[in-house]
Amino acid sequence: MSPDLLCILIPLLPLLGFVVNGLGFRKVPTSLVGIVGLAGPVLAFLCVCLLWGHFHAGNDAVIKTTLFDWISVGEMHINFSFQIDQLTMLMLGIVTGIGSLIHLYSIGYMHHDEGYGKFMAFLNLFLFFMLLLVLGSNFVIMFIGWEGVGLCSYLLIGFWNTNTSYNNAARKAFVMNRIGDLGFLLGIFTIMTTFGSVEYTDVFEQVVGMEVGAPVILTITLLLFVGAMGKSAQIPLFTWLPDAMAGPTPVSALIHAATMVTAGIYMVVRANVLFSMAPLTLDIIGGIAIATALLAASIGLLQNDIKKVLAYSTVSQLGYMFLGLGAAAYTAGMFHVITHAFFKALLFLGAGSVIHAMSNEQDIRNMGGLRKSLPITFWTFLIGTIAIAGIPPLAGFFSKDEILAHVYEHSKVLWALGLLGSAMTSFYMFRLLFLTFFGEFRGTDEQKHHLHESPLSMTLPLIVLAVLSAIGGFMNVPEVLGGHSLLAEFMSPLFDQARQANPALFEANALDHGTELMLMSISAGVAIIMAGAAYIMYVRNAAVPAPDSQARSLPQQVVYGKYYIDDFYDRLIVRPVRGLGDAFYSLGEFVIDAVVGSVAWSVRSSAGVFRRAQSGSIGLYVLLMVLSITLFIALRFFNWKVFN
Amino acid sequence: MLTLFLVLFPVVAAAAVLLSTNATAKTTALVGAIGELLIAGLAFFTFAANDQYQFGFDYAWFEAAANGTGGVRLSGAIDGISLLPVVLTGLVTPLIILSTFKQTYARPTSFYALILFMQAALMGVFVARDGFLFYFFFEAALIPIYFLAAMWGGENRIAVTFKFFVYTIFGSLLMLVALVYLYRQTPLVNGVHSAAIADFYALNLPAKAQGWVFWAFFIAFAVKMPLFPFHTWQPDTYVESPTPATMLLAGIMLKMGVYGLIRLILPVVPEGVNIWGSTAMIMAVIGIVYGAIIAIRQRDMKRLIAYSSFSHVGLMAAGVFSRSEMGLQGALIQMLAHGINVVGLFFIAELILQRTGTRQLDQLGGITRNTPRLTVYFLIILLGSVALPLTNGFVGEFLLLAGVYGYNHYIGLAAGLTIIFGAVYMLRMYQKSMFGQPAPRTAAFADLAGSDSYVLLILCVFVFWMGLYPASFLKLTEPAVLNLMQFIK
Repeated sequence: MSPDLLCILIPLLPLLGFVVNGLGFRKVPTSLVGIVGLAGPVLAFLCVCLLWGHFHAGNDAVIKTTLFDWISVGEMHINFSFQIDQLTMLMLGIVTGIGSLIHLYSIGYMHHDEGYGKFMAFLNLFLFFMLLLVLGSNFVIMFIGWEGVGLCSYLLIGFWNTNTSYNNAARKAFVMNRIGDLGFLLGIFTIMTTFGSVEYTDVFEQVVGMEVGAPVILTITLLLFVGAMGKSAQIPLFTWLPDAMAGPTPVSALIHAATMVTAGIYMVVRANVLFSMAPLTLDIIGGIAIATALLAASIGLLQNDIKKVLAYSTVSQLGYMFLGLGAAAYTAGMFHVITHAFFKALLFLGAGSVIHAMSNEQDIRNMGGLRKSLPITFWTFLIGTIAIAGIPPLAGFFSKDEILAHVYEHSKVLWALGLLGSAMTSFYMFRLLFLTFFGEFRGTDEQKHHLHESPLSMTLPLIVLAVLSAIGGFMNVPEVLGGHSLLAEFMSPLFDQARQANPALFEANALDHGTELMLMSISAGVAIIMAGAAYIMYVRNAAVPAPDSQARSLPQQVVYGKYYIDDFYDRLIVRPVRGLGDAFYSLGEFVIDAVVGSVAWSVRSSAGVFRRAQSGSIGLYVLLMVLSITLFIALRFFNWKVFN
Repeated sequence: MLTLFLVLFPVVAAAAVLLSTNATAKTTALVGAIGELLIAGLAFFTFAANDQYQFGFDYAWFEAAANGTGGVRLSGAIDGISLLPVVLTGLVTPLIILSTFKQTYARPTSFYALILFMQAALMGVFVARDGFLFYFFFEAALIPIYFLAAMWGGENRIAVTFKFFVYTIFGSLLMLVALVYLYRQTPLVNGVHSAAIADFYALNLPAKAQGWVFWAFFIAFAVKMPLFPFHTWQPDTYVESPTPATMLLAGIMLKMGVYGLIRLILPVVPEGVNIWGSTAMIMAVIGIVYGAIIAIRQRDMKRLIAYSSFSHVGLMAAGVFSRSEMGLQGALIQMLAHGINVVGLFFIAELILQRTGTRQLDQLGGITRNTPRLTVYFLIILLGSVALPLTNGFVGEFLLLAGVYGYNHYIGLAAGLTIIFGAVYMLRMYQKSMFGQPAPRTAAFADLAGSDSYVLLILCVFVFWMGLYPASFLKLTEPAVLNLMQFIK
């Protein structure tokens, strides 16, 4: 098959699945729903594999397919078109590969739900939009996918729509994303006015000749980054992601961990030429990223909901990815996107397996000792935990280490803060692991009675993801450890233009091997020490977090209350807007009505002609109007010269 | 000639409805409106994508010269700027009539005849090439809608329609004064002036005159749309009118205002727009934000949609005053898109009222449980309304915001808030009506069937058609917009 056809098939197949399961909801038999729902992503994954065959790494490898001229005004043509390059290939692989695994898992997880068909349809629709997002050859197609995945996220967070707090979480996610989207949209407008095109290739070609740090580039990159903040949950637009855990667990794994939330990183890497030309933006990204990483990690330390811990961990890890991007280490950022997709999907699916076995219990204070009854879940979860904690030789170690190494070249303070975050990560993840799988069972007898390992459709994805989390890091082993940095080599052509446009940015003094090894040992050592600390606390001392009723010390209370950021937004934005709405409606409308009315009145009163017509009789007005219209018609027949 | 049929056919159909019985009035009206849709469809599909007026008619009216030229004329035709409002009027009217098929209105012959009269007048506004003919239809449209609201409306209808009437007639009188002035300014050819709108374009009025003519026109159109601060008649009128009249008002009639801005203000008084355009733009943008913030707090679905419409129309006006090709193209396509979406939303509010006896959001909830069709149609139209990409609303809002942002970044940012607030109030409305635990009133909610379902299905087809392939509309309007741009610069 030609690459053009493959490009079209890849998003189309999940869309077909959506149409069949969506239109046939409650009509397609349950047994078929799973097959249809799974066929789209799996076939799309096969198409991606075929496309790899066509794809040869190198500068000339970009494949472009134009479907039609979508919106066209004057000289501005926004094509519905796709572009395949190294970055797209990587994202396609993650989205369809992990997407397929999570669809398979969903068959087991959602099988008994009333809305099973609807669920599979929405997941397929999500894949369609996510694939558009990464396939698009211009910013506007990316924006279609960007908003489309937001819609699916909304639909899936509020999937159980009789629950008002779930619905509120869904709405919050959509609205917060929309705040970011406005930034993205304004960024696109600025790109349009500056470059007269939205096509990546056209825009990036023109950027290369511009001056580094030009104000317009700064504006564009900051606006685009506002979009990324929303989608990828960075300060200040991150509070929707923990709430988004209201959705079924496969959704959290696919959308709110592995794929959609990394769209912001994809965007920055995609537009790396622009971002490389705006060092100030990169610094801002770095600052926001480290703040997000630390804030979220610290909240994660005290959370007791298994999914909330993972959610804050996701926010924190996204912070790491942006930290890498802020140091212009685009490959490292993407590397962490990939490994994170493996282990975070694994962890969420593992959490889903636990929740499934525990009859929808999510509080780790009521778990414990699950490793005996859920052996596969336990072992795979363990691998995921080691991977995310950054302990060698699992995937997370390599990607996080590469980010930290680049940050070290840039700023030692940021590096130290990053290390602090990595220590917290290791601690809260092992805390989660130990509280869930070790010690004595703390749930009810009924729950204990029901404990069971999940079916094969759920454990198989766990095993595959565990293998990937274990070996995924080897795709980019640094030279100092005897590797060849395969990923970096593969992605290198993506950054040619950026290197040409702003060579200084990439000339950072490369670390010598000794320093590099030292940094690695420090971060690995810290991770292991924190894992040990968690072991002593939660296994040896068998500590269990206090129930919510118990009083906490002030700092603990602040962290446990998530720094009260939600309350802060509520007071600062939500309530004032509501108050304004009420004030406008009850007072503003009245005043405007009175003012406009009185002005009109005075005009009418001063015009003597109208004075007699102020009888207020509506019948008279209508009569006058009908008469005047009749007069108009009559003029035709008498040909009066009225206006001369 | 096709244009003449477009204007006269609904009148004939209205006459047929008046002659029919109460039982057959609905069907007769629907057949008439479908006939009109076919004519509009013919115009749309045979329209040549150039900047010429097409399918025109032209007769002397009064004050013509001895050889029959000049003066005030009965002349109309369709160009790229008229085309989409004409299509909108042709498409939405039969849907409005179909939406009443499960309803019974008192005195049905008058009711449906008035709807068709309204359609004729609206068509007339959008095709008129003569300033006075435009004015004639602009006023004529007010009569049927006035009677629809005043005779079939809610409890408060008399006070509310009176206010509506006074507002609009005040605006219209200003326009009449301006038109007479413009007419007198046209050069004498064969001893007569000309009221052709095209001849107004050629006038080179002094800046001072352009200023007051601008305001005379602007207030007339601003009241109609309505724009801040001339809008206070609108929410009450929308709420009190019977829903078919509300759909006519919000779906089509307010487009007369937007159309007037494009057709008359921009090219006739370009200097006036230079001076006062930014003021008008700021008023429009204040309206966007102000209306949206009020909409967030509304409990009555109809009132909420009314404020959302007020907010959306502000963006169209802002796009027009950006005087950019993007803004104008955006305004044209958004007129059609907004008409489709707002009619759908008002219809859904009406359906919910019919089945539950209330439009109050706090008494609703959980409707989605047994209503897959309503859930999906409502969601699709709502997404169009919040401008999700691949729906009709996105194309319009994207172009409009691009135009406004190009005019001024800060105004563009303020206008862009509609993207956020729109999501807030629309999703709130959807959640409070469709999601959550079923309320006592909604527990037995039956899903849509028959005519109700067809109306929404057809609207949804347009939501996607315009969103997926807007080129089928933008291509037709582009030459006329480019032509218009020459008079602006």
